[in-house]
Amino acid sequence: MSTTPYRVPEADPRNTATIGKAVKVIGQIFTKEDLYVDGDVEGTIESQDNKVTVGPNGRVQAGIRAREVVILGQVKGNVEAADKVDIRKDARLEGDIVSSRISIEDGALFKGSIDIRKMEAKPSAGPTITAPPAPAPAVSAAVPVGASAAKR
Amino acid sequence: MLPERLRSIFRKESEPVSPARVPFSAFGGAAPRKQAKPSPPVTRQSRGLEQFFFEIRDVVGLSILDLAGATQENINFLTSLGHKIYSQDIVRSLDEAFGSEAVQDQTNPALIESFLRTNLNYPPDTFDGVLLWDSLQFMGPALLSATVERLSEVMRPKSYLLAFFTANERVSEVMSYAFRIVDHKTILLAERGMRPSGHVFNNRNLERLFGKFESVKFFLTRESLREVIVRR
Repeated sequence: MSTTPYRVPEADPRNTATIGKAVKVIGQIFTKEDLYVDGDVEGTIESQDNKVTVGPNGRVQAGIRAREVVILGQVKGNVEAADKVDIRKDARLEGDIVSSRISIEDGALFKGSIDIRKMEAKPSAGPTITAPPAPAPAVSAAVPVGASAAKR
Repeated sequence: MLPERLRSIFRKESEPVSPARVPFSAFGGAAPRKQAKPSPPVTRQSRGLEQFFFEIRDVVGLSILDLAGATQENINFLTSLGHKIYSQDIVRSLDEAFGSEAVQDQTNPALIESFLRTNLNYPPDTFDGVLLWDSLQFMGPALLSATVERLSEVMRPKSYLLAFFTANERVSEVMSYAFRIVDHKTILLAERGMRPSGHVFNNRNLERLFGKFESVKFFLTRESLREVIVRR
């Protein structure tokens, strides 16, 4: 059995939607499964009951709302997690955090405020991030009108 | 070869402290200026910190600005008291804005304004407490007074600020530390490397620096650190 610490979570293609490192998405992303972002995202990311991971190559300029948020890359935007925010070494987050728990490794850069709140996972009130009326399959409803996904 | 202790007796007062003390990069922060063997972090009592938490005791939901960068320990401690923490690594930001060697270059008004806009852009009367730690030591006079002026604006009246300065007025470089709160009167200091000091900080200078504030209280510690509690 390996003794190497579990560091970089790999996206499990069976249960995780992935935005690869050569992909750029501008717009709103809604997903009902875990999301792994290793590319560029500008807009909003919402995965209410799931986990959002920003990989080491990920560059996100978006508010993120999820059950759990793991950051290994760069995020500029507010992060709201019902369960936990995990900021790994070499990650960079500029924005405000609202979460029940937070973990930050040495070497990570964080600039913003931290508000520890016990939150309900299933909010009945209207979300802060506006959802489009269409049903939201994983990542797909993701790209509303005017959004673009482009190979760099 | 003389042992270090013996050599230190012959070292002139004006000589910079041993460059053998090094940035403890594992604690993040600015790029080290001089490489050498890292010293292990040390735990020590802090009268200043004790006073700071004494002043905000029995109150929850305060907004505390921690300018030493986000660390798990400080986040855990402050949030466990029911406060909201605002985090900023001001020393790292100094390097990003001016470069690590550039205390003398911290005079450009446009750069100073940009630095303040990037790092202390908060509405007036936002904070109930500010943990400045040792960051003011690395600012040149113009940046220093502009930063203190901005801090006085973003702090609420009667709120407190904690800052550390070297008590040794003759050194041109001082050790920068990462500060981690162990409990309400204990901190863990990890070295981040020697950095040029921008100013001489004796009691008179500090009183002048915080002239707009209501009161300044000093605690002199045995590690040549002068702890200062300032009331807005």
